[in-house]
Amino acid sequence: MIKAILIFNNHGKPRLSKFYQRYSEDIQQQIIRETFHLVSKRDENVCNFLEGGLLIGGSDNKLIYRHYATLYFVFCVDSSESELGILDLIQVFVETLDKCFENVCELDLIFHVDKAGLAGAPARAVSAVKNMNLPEIPRNINIGDISIKVPNLPSFK
Amino acid sequence: MALKMVKGSIDRMFDKNLQDLVRGIRNHKEDEAKYISQCIDEIKQELKQDNIAVKANAVCKLTYLQMLGYDISWAAFNIIEVMSASKFTFKRIGYLAASQCFHEGTDVIMLTTNQIRKDLSSPNQYDTGVALTGLSCFVTPDLARDLANDIMTLMSHTKPYIRKKAVLIMYKVFLKYPESLRPAFPRLKEKLEDPDPGVQSAAVNVICELARRNPKNYLSLAPLFFKLMTSSTNNWVLIKIIKLFGALTPLEPRLGKKLIEPLTNLIHSTSAMSLLYECVNTVIAVLISLSSGMPNHSASIQLCVQKLRILIEDSDQNLKYLGLLAMSKILKTHPKSVQSHKDLILQCLDDKDESIRLRALDLLYGMVSKKNLMEIVKKLMIHVDKAEGTTYRDELLTKIIDICSQSNYQYITNFEWYISILVELTRLEGTRHGHLIAAQMLDVAIRVKAIRKFAVSQMAMLLDNAHLIASNTQRNGICEVLYAAAWICGEFSEHLQEPNQTLEAMLRPKVTTLPGHIQAVYVQNMVKLYASILQQKEEAGEKESSQEITQLMIDRLPQFVQSADLEVQERASCILQLIKYIQKLQAKEVPVAEEVIALFAGELNPVAPKAQKKVPVPEGLDLDTWINEPPSDSESEDEKPKTIFHDEEQRHSRQRQPEMDEEELARRREVRKQEQANNPFYIKSSPSPQKRYQDTPGVEHIPVVQIDLSVPLKVPGMPMSDQYVKLEEERRHKQRLEKDKKKKKQKKEKKGKHHRHNSLHTESDEDIAPAQHVDIITEEMPENALPSDEDDKDPNDPYKALDIDLDKPLADSEKLPVQKHRNTENLKSPDTEAPLVEKKSKKPKKKEKKHKEREREKEKKKDKERKVDEEEKKGEDLDFWLSPAPPPVSTTQTQSEPEVSTAIAEPEDHEEPKKEDREEEEDDEGKKSSKHKKKKHKKEKEEKSKDKKKSKKKHHHSEEEPVESVQNGTLDDEPLPPMSSYHLLAENPYIKMTYDIQGNLQNDSQVTVSVIFENKSTSFVKSMELNVLDSLNAKMIRPEGSSVHDGIPVPFQLPPGISNEAQFVFTLQSIVMAQKLKGTLSFIVKNDEGSTHEKLDFKLHFSCASYLITTPCYSDAFAKLLESGDLHMNSIKVDGISISFQHLLAKICFHHHFSVVERVDSCASMYSRSIQGHHVCLLVKKGENSVSVDGKCNESTLLSNLLDEMKETLSMC
Repeated sequence: MIKAILIFNNHGKPRLSKFYQRYSEDIQQQIIRETFHLVSKRDENVCNFLEGGLLIGGSDNKLIYRHYATLYFVFCVDSSESELGILDLIQVFVETLDKCFENVCELDLIFHVDKAGLAGAPARAVSAVKNMNLPEIPRNINIGDISIKVPNLPSFK
Repeated sequence: MALKMVKGSIDRMFDKNLQDLVRGIRNHKEDEAKYISQCIDEIKQELKQDNIAVKANAVCKLTYLQMLGYDISWAAFNIIEVMSASKFTFKRIGYLAASQCFHEGTDVIMLTTNQIRKDLSSPNQYDTGVALTGLSCFVTPDLARDLANDIMTLMSHTKPYIRKKAVLIMYKVFLKYPESLRPAFPRLKEKLEDPDPGVQSAAVNVICELARRNPKNYLSLAPLFFKLMTSSTNNWVLIKIIKLFGALTPLEPRLGKKLIEPLTNLIHSTSAMSLLYECVNTVIAVLISLSSGMPNHSASIQLCVQKLRILIEDSDQNLKYLGLLAMSKILKTHPKSVQSHKDLILQCLDDKDESIRLRALDLLYGMVSKKNLMEIVKKLMIHVDKAEGTTYRDELLTKIIDICSQSNYQYITNFEWYISILVELTRLEGTRHGHLIAAQMLDVAIRVKAIRKFAVSQMAMLLDNAHLIASNTQRNGICEVLYAAAWICGEFSEHLQEPNQTLEAMLRPKVTTLPGHIQAVYVQNMVKLYASILQQKEEAGEKESSQEITQLMIDRLPQFVQSADLEVQERASCILQLIKYIQKLQAKEVPVAEEVIALFAGELNPVAPKAQKKVPVPEGLDLDTWINEPPSDSESEDEKPKTIFHDEEQRHSRQRQPEMDEEELARRREVRKQEQANNPFYIKSSPSPQKRYQDTPGVEHIPVVQIDLSVPLKVPGMPMSDQYVKLEEERRHKQRLEKDKKKKKQKKEKKGKHHRHNSLHTESDEDIAPAQHVDIITEEMPENALPSDEDDKDPNDPYKALDIDLDKPLADSEKLPVQKHRNTENLKSPDTEAPLVEKKSKKPKKKEKKHKEREREKEKKKDKERKVDEEEKKGEDLDFWLSPAPPPVSTTQTQSEPEVSTAIAEPEDHEEPKKEDREEEEDDEGKKSSKHKKKKHKKEKEEKSKDKKKSKKKHHHSEEEPVESVQNGTLDDEPLPPMSSYHLLAENPYIKMTYDIQGNLQNDSQVTVSVIFENKSTSFVKSMELNVLDSLNAKMIRPEGSSVHDGIPVPFQLPPGISNEAQFVFTLQSIVMAQKLKGTLSFIVKNDEGSTHEKLDFKLHFSCASYLITTPCYSDAFAKLLESGDLHMNSIKVDGISISFQHLLAKICFHHHFSVVERVDSCASMYSRSIQGHHVCLLVKKGENSVSVDGKCNESTLLSNLLDEMKETLSMC
């Protein structure tokens, strides 16, 4: 299971955070800070897995992250997830954001937090993402802002 | 009112939206907190307004602030208001905020129940979706109980989008409301075979997650997962299933045997690294479970290790990491196969990546032997010096200690070397593991008697240089080693070279800056030291100097008496008084040394960590009875915590008698002897000469190798271990020479060496005898200790509640709480239901609940009795599937079984597609069965289990709905004959292709063609490429960039006898007519003689039925559809039908993708929908020997084509 998804920038400012376990706001911020400390120390060309920090860690959990330009994408997962799978997932997630915002950059996330949050929505539901195919997600996002798609079952009348 | 509205919307223009807020925060970098509190005030104002848009905007901003770490729980009620907005845009914001900040403690959450229920049953799938997503984040036990049934219904929703989410959220519901697992499980299981891959993988995910926690309950699903594993091509699903098998195999070793083959095939064939890695992992798990008694799997192990080596050698750091991780799993059971890759692993120790170094360290644990231990540790010590981060250094430190101390110091041949390593480690600054080093020092000094002399000299040196260790930082973890040093010097003071110097070192004023518990040990042990000095001096007759030393103690001890630490203070003042008394005696020239030394007589032996627990309770002792009357409440408040002392000190508090006269001492000694004799923790004064204590110094009889004094012992902080390595090498060399000599002389008598773990040594290891003839004292256990200790499981584990037997039939009382109107006679479509829910949504009354609970308990008792039976059956089933050569099963048995379970109504419509699937697979396997005996057995088993399942379900449903005319069901008189939707596509001596066409639910002009390729030859088939000549109407979808003449490569290779399935997608313009497409499969056949190119032509036939999708339809909607009148009509009649009506319906359902809407006697209405949304309604009537089918459809050509196809099918009956 995915325990948390954290996105923060090179200075540790949270840009998007989603926890699937209940933590109080203080602890959440602490976790983000701790994770940032762990992740930011690492070189570019080292592996993308980390044994978790103390707060969200636990022996079963792992931090899996990727670094894109100014942003860190960190997924905290337990042992039921495939490590390489999650790396692919982060890639898919970022590609999705890229499709939504056309050349995504940090500012997009800052100013469109609500939309980014929804892009993550499929990821949220207990690692459901497994089958997510790219063209679908942007469609899901747009429905909120532009038009609500009517279910395509033709009415019976 | 109107004015207010206008005012509201004008205000809104000036409100900040989220973008403004973000911009504002960015512009107020210096006083961010102030700006945000200002914004929160504004938001509070906005929330007070009636306009929902304003509220939604406010909540949206709060969500952002929550992410920045601000508590927004005060707005919970407003969030609910926004959640209940009718507009989706607002609703979405509400649910997003709720998912961020609601939790079980949120009190307003109970207000959401009805709102969520309403959204769940909303006709708009996105409302339902957003409610499901939100709910997954904040579901509480109450919500789970109240909504479980609604969510369960959604699992059969027509939209895969909703089904997928509903399946996933069921997991959260199970966690919060475990009672729902059993009722929901059958449906969850159905979803494993859902036509939509998304739903399927969601179901796989949920079951895997459940099974990971309680694997034994899911063993019975193994055959189903096995089938999925061999047929699925979705890597995500495969990974999950393979991981699940990894969890299941330890419980059922036979499962492992079955898995090895397909897994190794996957390892060979897959190109996806992630899949490869998981396969290797599971093969490892299998091999671990098989490790006993299965010697012939060395090939698999070799394969795994090879593949892992490739991973580790890869330049990608991630693969390297994972390779090492998996390697460490093999290490536990097959250390030899890992040891051959020592070079690679040592190389990884030098990697620049810390994570990789840590993993390599893990592996080192299993790599060491007597031969290379020193070399490896030397390497590690270099790393310790180089390491920058304290975490990595600490990790190195613990690893060094782990490696050296593993299995009772098995690999250490020279303890002097080890002690000096430990001493070197004390030079580490800022480590957190000082206590580890200390524990090792104590352990080695106590248990290896021969090393005590050396250890004491080293410890004395440490004490002498204590200021170096405890210098700068007081909270330095390393000062813990002083604890060990002081204790060792005190306890084994007879070995000290210059006790006076050590005593003085311990009495330095600087000591008072050490932590309290260390000071306490100092105080205690300086008396031991003092006692032994006293004895020495008295024996030598140096009265002067013995008085001097007493005076020194009296002078220096007061600094400890003033200590703030209670323990130190108490000990110091006791001892001060004792020494003053001694001084008096000394003044009278009375010899006191004997008595003083008697204070510390006796030997300490290590006690096993669990010894206390293992002391058996004596007969007649009831620990639960009160010794005295239980104290009254008021008294209990006065109770104080009992332990004030640091627990480590309790060990040393064995003697705290202050002044006492000789007699008293003697008496106490007697008493103590007596006590020790009865005390299980003490070694009895056995006849063994080694165990004699008292008076005799105790270790004289142990042969101690003379320490080579060429090693400088004095300089602190100088690495000495290196010299030991050299010395050790020389020693070994000499030993070898001696041995050779001995061999020549053919002397067989061996010296009485105390070899420990002789049996464990490898051959090469055995040659190396330890330098010290060490006698490692094993830890003591009480006599007649209880052997096994039960696993202490965490009672608070949330997954424990889900440890539920899923194979038991459902009891009546276990039904999910259902809203009453759902039990009405006719099922209505969800659309008409929604308003009803709104009106009537009272919670079930508490009384009812209680009653139900009582019933449940009763039922449980009954169930227990039943359970025994059931479990036996379950066991049989699995056994059957797993056993390689099962007993022959007479066909009569399999046929007779279903009859037992007949004559009762079929369950609901959802069961329908699943049934078909099963039949399909049965038939499919039936075809192959002639060739593969194994598979035949499997098939039979599946049939068996299916029948059993059916009977269970029917049993349950018959109680639930005793309705006469059954909806969407058929009367089940006879077992259905096997059917398959897979038709032969083409066949040649190498390959057989069968295919099936399914409409695509997501796309209205696409169909998916699943082709099963079976390799019939004995050669390897590879590079398969499938190509089709597109027509104007139908086109195969090819990857971007390829031309229409390019074929699509089949994503796998086929070893001999293996079959696998691939899917191809086609687009169709018009679906009203059947289509035929010509195509060719080209492939390479590779065998011993070489490889040849082969071709196989085929014709793909798209029947009209393949454009239909089985869609359930409710009778009321069906009636409306027929009434609407814009449908074309057509009909056929077929004579000479002999099969039963029920079979006939099943055939139509299966081959033509219809579902039964209603059935009365020999008349049934059926419905289906095409991928482009055409409705097709049928009325099937059976006469004596004929069947007539009336069809209605909004596309007449499609209808007539469909009916023609149907005629063909029926005429074959």
